[in-house]
Amino acid sequence: MSAETLVVRDLYTHYRTRLGENVYAVSGVSLTLKEGRVLGIAGESGCGKSTLALSLMGFYFPPLHYKSGSIVIDGTDIMAIDYETLRTQFLGVQIAYIPQAAMNALNPTRRVIDFMADVVRVHQPGASDAEIRAMVEQRFEALHLPKRVLPAYPCELSGGMKQRTVIAVSTLLNPKVLIADEPTSALDVTSQKAVIKMLRDLMNEGFVKSMIFITHELPLLYHVADDIAVMYAGQLVESGTADEIIMGAVHPYSHALMGSIIVPEEGMKDEKLKAIPGAPPNLKKVLPGCRFADRCPYAEDKCRLGTIEERALGARRYRCWREPEALKEIYSHE
Amino acid sequence: MNEAKSVLRGQALSRSFGFGKAKFYAVDHIDFDFHEGEIISIVGTSGSGKTTLAKMVLGLLKKSSGEIYYMGGPLVLRSHRDMKAYWNHVQAIFQDPFSSFNQFHKVEKLLADCIEMQGLKLSREEAFAKMRSACSFVNLKFEELYNKYPFELSGGQMQRLMIARIFMLGPDILIADEPTSMIDACSRSTILEMLLKLRDEKRMTIVFITHDLGLAYYVSDSILIMNAGKIIERGTAREIIEHPQADYTKSLLADVPKLNEEWKLG
Repeated sequence: MSAETLVVRDLYTHYRTRLGENVYAVSGVSLTLKEGRVLGIAGESGCGKSTLALSLMGFYFPPLHYKSGSIVIDGTDIMAIDYETLRTQFLGVQIAYIPQAAMNALNPTRRVIDFMADVVRVHQPGASDAEIRAMVEQRFEALHLPKRVLPAYPCELSGGMKQRTVIAVSTLLNPKVLIADEPTSALDVTSQKAVIKMLRDLMNEGFVKSMIFITHELPLLYHVADDIAVMYAGQLVESGTADEIIMGAVHPYSHALMGSIIVPEEGMKDEKLKAIPGAPPNLKKVLPGCRFADRCPYAEDKCRLGTIEERALGARRYRCWREPEALKEIYSHE
Repeated sequence: MNEAKSVLRGQALSRSFGFGKAKFYAVDHIDFDFHEGEIISIVGTSGSGKTTLAKMVLGLLKKSSGEIYYMGGPLVLRSHRDMKAYWNHVQAIFQDPFSSFNQFHKVEKLLADCIEMQGLKLSREEAFAKMRSACSFVNLKFEELYNKYPFELSGGQMQRLMIARIFMLGPDILIADEPTSMIDACSRSTILEMLLKLRDEKRMTIVFITHDLGLAYYVSDSILIMNAGKIIERGTAREIIEHPQADYTKSLLADVPKLNEEWKLG
């Protein structure tokens, strides 16, 4: 049993609009990230994946607000720490974040090396230019990135290279947990592979202890992640190992999500894609029962009553009152 | 497919940027022939010239040399009036649905513009009926949407609204430039199904531009693989994916994560 780097219990966060309405974007998420593992989070747009990622860093800027729950990184509950300590001693050192649009994350008016120096100085105020330069060059070498990037401005780099530079900046201080929020969705397949290879190198070299990888590309997630959690309307509806989820999803939503997989393999051409009808629910008000009930083809009256608790199935968890055998039976008739 | 008539043909089509030493060809003397009722995918990495080709075909970018033939005759776009007439037959969907619409107009007005573009004079009821049928084609509910602004819709909804517009205009050719790269996997399958429906019901020729061979394989009849402005390989979707010949195609195929095969990171 390896050490747990990140433990989240019953996290509730919401957005508050200008009209004073609350949008409950993350409600009751619990997850555990073990050292050396990659946890993938899958789901549609607007299901709360990115909000969850932002919430996990313990940073709450309006309109995002924290309600309850605990986030424990390596034994420390970061919700109990004040803002300044969190910023200088946790962010980047314990937990780091890679945003989706690398183009917007780099300062266009500064060279990459200056930008990296800033990051280091927040955490190590006394570091000299030479020290920082040596540290950065060493890291670029380890990650097989060309050194010509360092004196360049962001506009001189390609999209894939910018994304890899942002990853190098985020992980410069060896964070225990790395959150990658759709790092490859703006890239073509070849650059995507380079970015994934770099993330894999980071894990193998021990620069990063564990990773949360957010994407809606299921075939990609299957190869990158060890465990997968499927998110829907602010809740995790199913979690388990990558093989279990991709090859034999239990929850009706995860099952339906697998119908959207497109891969260039023989036989795909004759398959019919199954899109999920309808749109995700409005999270301004919390409906009783299962949140997927309105779009679920197998929903009954029972689904819309009370709260649907998470159920354990070995090490897996899923949020549906039906027995797994009963669900498998239903799917086999499709 | 030989009896199908040629809708769009390119002959030694090229476009260069820069002069002298800095001159390079974004599209380098390529030939193509698209037939009626066919979905053609153009696949390549970023910077391979896919979008430049699309822009030339749309008349948004001037060609450096070569010729485009539309419905057998050479394409001549001298004035804005020529362009407008041409765009009644050739339409496009772009990558970013958020910038495809006028943000100040409601959905009703955006759809009503299509009726105006066709030069039809319809009563409000007739126009509504037409818009309603277009929305139901793309599985959207017109009653819920007509009073909304584009920014109130999700990316998937907007892209579907774009297809509803295409449905109303009924062009001969649709250029879809990475229409699914900014929306999630679930709405993506809906969009792909709709493109197939447009082909089957309206006999539309669709040029589908993507970097994902999986999508190209699923949706298209034939595939062109492009790299550095040149066409590396062409063939039916099955030929290209199941028996790729060129090394570039093979490497492109290896870069896509698959389910039943190990993904070698190298």
